[in-house]
Amino acid sequence: MSEHQHDHGAGEESQGHPGGTPDIQLSYRAKRSLAMQELLVEKGIIAPDDIQRSVESARARSPSDGARVVARAWVDPAFKQRLLDNALTAIAELGYDFVADTGLVALENTDELHHVVVCTLCSCYPGALLGPPPDWYKSLAYRSRVVIEPRAVLREFGLELESDIGVRVIDSTAEIRYLVLPGRPAGTEGMAEEQLAELVTRNSMIGVGLPLSPELVTT
Amino acid sequence: MSPDSSDSAIFGPGDRVRVSERYPASHHRTPWYIKGKTGRVDVVYDAYMNPESRAYGQAGLPRVTVYRVEFDQADLWESYRGPANDRICADVFEHWLEPA
Amino acid sequence: MSEREKPAPAAHDRGGWATEEPVDQGEHQWADWEYRTQALARVLRSKGIVVTDEMRRGIESIPAPEYEALSYFERWSASFETLLVEKGVLTPAEIDEKMKEVEERWG
Repeated sequence: MSEHQHDHGAGEESQGHPGGTPDIQLSYRAKRSLAMQELLVEKGIIAPDDIQRSVESARARSPSDGARVVARAWVDPAFKQRLLDNALTAIAELGYDFVADTGLVALENTDELHHVVVCTLCSCYPGALLGPPPDWYKSLAYRSRVVIEPRAVLREFGLELESDIGVRVIDSTAEIRYLVLPGRPAGTEGMAEEQLAELVTRNSMIGVGLPLSPELVTT
Repeated sequence: MSPDSSDSAIFGPGDRVRVSERYPASHHRTPWYIKGKTGRVDVVYDAYMNPESRAYGQAGLPRVTVYRVEFDQADLWESYRGPANDRICADVFEHWLEPA
Repeated sequence: MSEREKPAPAAHDRGGWATEEPVDQGEHQWADWEYRTQALARVLRSKGIVVTDEMRRGIESIPAPEYEALSYFERWSASFETLLVEKGVLTPAEIDEKMKEVEERWG
């Protein structure tokens, strides 16, 4: 797995470079995708900058959006209740919107119940709050295994749960997307909302991890 | 997603339901591993466009109520070794559910 | 019906398949074409050319051996081609013709 970083000047970005690894060696299917895109532009079916604009709006989404929602729920019990009752209207209070005809539900992890989310049929994921799903979320291994041996999968992610905590796997098989609301870590009583948000990892909002401990975050 | 928003829902929270055992090759959103299995309705969601017609260029109408159905892990997998309070939820369209 | 009598699940219907393969938690940096392919899905949806259910059906119609072999966005590419041809938006011949240009550029 490459951890390759690229520096792109602003000029290059504005000329339509999506900002990923430059295409050097492309597979047949990758080339086929580019060929279709070029044809659609030539035929006037899509505009020349449609793709680039869409890339930029997708890149603007990241797990920090979901983390803001979680941190707000930690400090504001009334907001947390609204989030659990109707997540779509609650996130709208923070300025987030969601794909039309898609639902959003927040599920709270407690001392008795731990939620972990999967899409066994494809890769459904609350991208508007978490950005694009990680590779492992889309992997055949995760999709196969987390429903039948969730505790073994969680253990691989470093999460060993006591047997008195029920594991509830959520398979998002329809148009409802799920956000896990992890429990607030101990020792964070005095922390401000913005600092708390830094503790909220992407994996904790999928349910394969817990929020960071406060001593791991410099203040 | 208000839980009471689907007026025509034929099942309510707590109802025991069995997932229909049908195996069409065409597009549908009911995963294999819950087919023929019995669970209980956890949440009644809104009615959503029907993916089984919408996947083939149709409008997906009439909309179909979706339920969050909860299963005990032990009812899904004979070999499940985890604690009895381990569960799975899946979102299932109404026409895939029968009273159990 | 016992487990034994159940027909085998389709390649995309993955829940509960027997595998001991660990979940690879590494993440690759997306290539440009992957960003563009994801964006194409959004653009085609926003213009009402395809809907998500059709995209999923297009992916599910990939023959099982190919489904296993293709990467995530390669599957999307295959689905777009199925749908755009089926809807008469593009023809296989013009995609083949354009491929020649792309091949020349990328080798």
